[in-house]
Amino acid sequence: MTPTSTLAPSLPLNLASQLQRAERRKKVFAISLTLPLLLFLLATFIIPIGALLTRAVENPEVASTLGRTAQALNRWDRTSAPPDAAYSALIEDLSAIKEQSDAGALARRLNSDISGARSLIMSTYRALPFEKNLTPLQSRERLLALDARWSELGYWQAIAKNGARWTPDYLLASLDLQRDVQGNISKVDADSAAFGKILVRTFQISAIVTLFCLILGYPLAYWLSTLSARQANMLMILVLVPFWTSILVRVAAWIVLLQTNGLVNRSLMGLGVTDEPIGLLFNRLGVIIAMVHILLPFMILPLYSVMKSVPNTYLRAAVSLGSSPLSAFFRVYIPQTYPGIGAGGLLVFILSIGYYVTPALLGGADDQMLSYYIAQYTNVNVNWGMACALGAVLLTSTLVLYALYRRVVKSELSLG
Amino acid sequence: MKLKPVVAAVAVIASFASFAQTQITVVNFGGANGNAQKKAYFEPYEKASGNKVIGVEYNGEQAKIKAMVEAKKVTWDVVEVESPDMARGCDEGLFEKLDYSKIGNKADFTPAAVHECGIGTFVWSTVMAYNADKVKTAPVTWADFWDTKKIAGKRGMRKGARYNLEFALMADGVAVQDVYKVLATKDGAERAFKKLTELKPNIQWWEAGAQPPQFLVAGDVALTTAYNGRIDAAQREGKNLQITWTGGIYDLDYWAMPKGGANKDAALKYIAMASSADAQSEYAKLISYGPTNTKALAKLDAKTLGLLPTSAANAKTALQFNVNFWADQGEALEKRFAAWAAQ
Repeated sequence: MTPTSTLAPSLPLNLASQLQRAERRKKVFAISLTLPLLLFLLATFIIPIGALLTRAVENPEVASTLGRTAQALNRWDRTSAPPDAAYSALIEDLSAIKEQSDAGALARRLNSDISGARSLIMSTYRALPFEKNLTPLQSRERLLALDARWSELGYWQAIAKNGARWTPDYLLASLDLQRDVQGNISKVDADSAAFGKILVRTFQISAIVTLFCLILGYPLAYWLSTLSARQANMLMILVLVPFWTSILVRVAAWIVLLQTNGLVNRSLMGLGVTDEPIGLLFNRLGVIIAMVHILLPFMILPLYSVMKSVPNTYLRAAVSLGSSPLSAFFRVYIPQTYPGIGAGGLLVFILSIGYYVTPALLGGADDQMLSYYIAQYTNVNVNWGMACALGAVLLTSTLVLYALYRRVVKSELSLG
Repeated sequence: MKLKPVVAAVAVIASFASFAQTQITVVNFGGANGNAQKKAYFEPYEKASGNKVIGVEYNGEQAKIKAMVEAKKVTWDVVEVESPDMARGCDEGLFEKLDYSKIGNKADFTPAAVHECGIGTFVWSTVMAYNADKVKTAPVTWADFWDTKKIAGKRGMRKGARYNLEFALMADGVAVQDVYKVLATKDGAERAFKKLTELKPNIQWWEAGAQPPQFLVAGDVALTTAYNGRIDAAQREGKNLQITWTGGIYDLDYWAMPKGGANKDAALKYIAMASSADAQSEYAKLISYGPTNTKALAKLDAKTLGLLPTSAANAKTALQFNVNFWADQGEALEKRFAAWAAQ
């Protein structure tokens, strides 16, 4: 056999693998080009959202500090008096906490389960250590002498309930549900069920704002799209100027305009529309007026860019074929702007879901949206588990709504 | 020699470095209070110590302090915190323990001001206020605040459960000293929310401390709850706003040092200086918040004293804000308030 005869059939094979290699290199190159973006997305989007979702179910405070107590409470039926061994285990656990911040975190965690646990845990922690070698019975007596509340079942139930590292409690609480001592899920009392209503309110306000943005923005965008480029640009600047002003400034301006003796009320009274000032501020109406104003550009811009690309020949063709101008507009023109309506509507809706400052300053106590409570849990109560759970609920319901939107519209979202 | 200029430059830079001042960052709530602190505390401290003070404003977000301490990147040296945050932050190890030997004599301060993690810097009060140009019959008690027949018009109240539940109980006839005892019981909380429901249609909620005086001036509300310093600031601008001190709830703001700050000594010196009788009396002249250093009171004239929440006449029927009660019950009550508001 000559060397050539062995080489000849292997040549195409070699070529194929070479081709493959070249293809692969191209792919690697292509991916490496998008790598910075992927890393950016990972660092600024995926990891934070992942952290948020983890925090919503994480429950390390009790598990990492009261391990022995949780174990001692393992076989406890949660309705009779807790075993004496649990008292001595608790003393042992609390004395072993080195960092005060861990004790504080434990106190905060238990307090969000049962009010009063904060002062109970912290006063006990400060009173420790007790003398060594207490029997379980003595331990119990010492703790009860220190604070009689240690005889109440609620605090022990809270410890037993939170012994695990992960908990569904925050998520349940953000859906107005709770887990009782036996682990059964039930609804919370009517007088502390808040988040369901708040979530519905959040979507209600957002939907109304989106609707009004569309009603106000559509004619304006249409008019802009019919103007010459120069005129349209001039007017577009007017649309964009408020867009560049700080939200707080705009909110303050609305307060001046809408207050009881403000410009709007005085003009209405001067025109004889009303005899006494109308409440335009610190209620739902004020929130909606200001939010529509702030979010209007987000509706106009996608609508305008879609309308610019709609040729007016179709409309003329429809009219020349005998359609009335009005029905031609509704049946021929508007369907062509659906992508703009969808994009603008979705943009405004999703932005309004997260609104916080405007409702806080212009709304009453029952006009606050979910993000107000997320901020309250983050900053005031410093209960980040609850804040993250509410965030997760908001995220999930937004994604569900988006999925529904895709179902209905049956097309990919195109932003202009 | 070529090296000479380099050496000279290094020497010059080194000499600058040795002159470089220590900078401390002091964080407060800004506004009229921030300005008063700047005049009474920042400027004299800079003059006396040669250190520079960088003033930063915040809105009381404890999350920022928590994040800084957890990440061990503490850039705030001294922070003004409200009492519930002081207590909780101390429990959770966010603040340094103060060395009182470097601040002053503990006995000089009102007892509530002395805390292991912070020292009270002023006493402020949440009170009833009205526009004397518009309201002819001055309100006297919280029952008057609830009585929309006697004094017609809307009522301004802070959005939230805190203070409002106490006011509701006082309006319902609970004596000042019993308010927290009653509120701690299940029936008491029920009673407070029920009383609040009576007034609900007439309440205009406020969020920021600047809003209540603005409501009064604009005529949006007849009566409102307000922070006494904000009403004082409006009075200084010539507005005829008045305070009814009966059943006001007073509380302290504290100086605290976030754990792990780089300039502990300079920060402590700042706190010591800002807690001195001289500095505190200067501060009280600029804004009507009460000094915590009892010796500062002696340096004030009768007119200034009459405006302070700590003066004998104004404090007579006042209620001290119960930090421990709200630390324990706050989360549950605020959640209940959110549910109540949605009903």
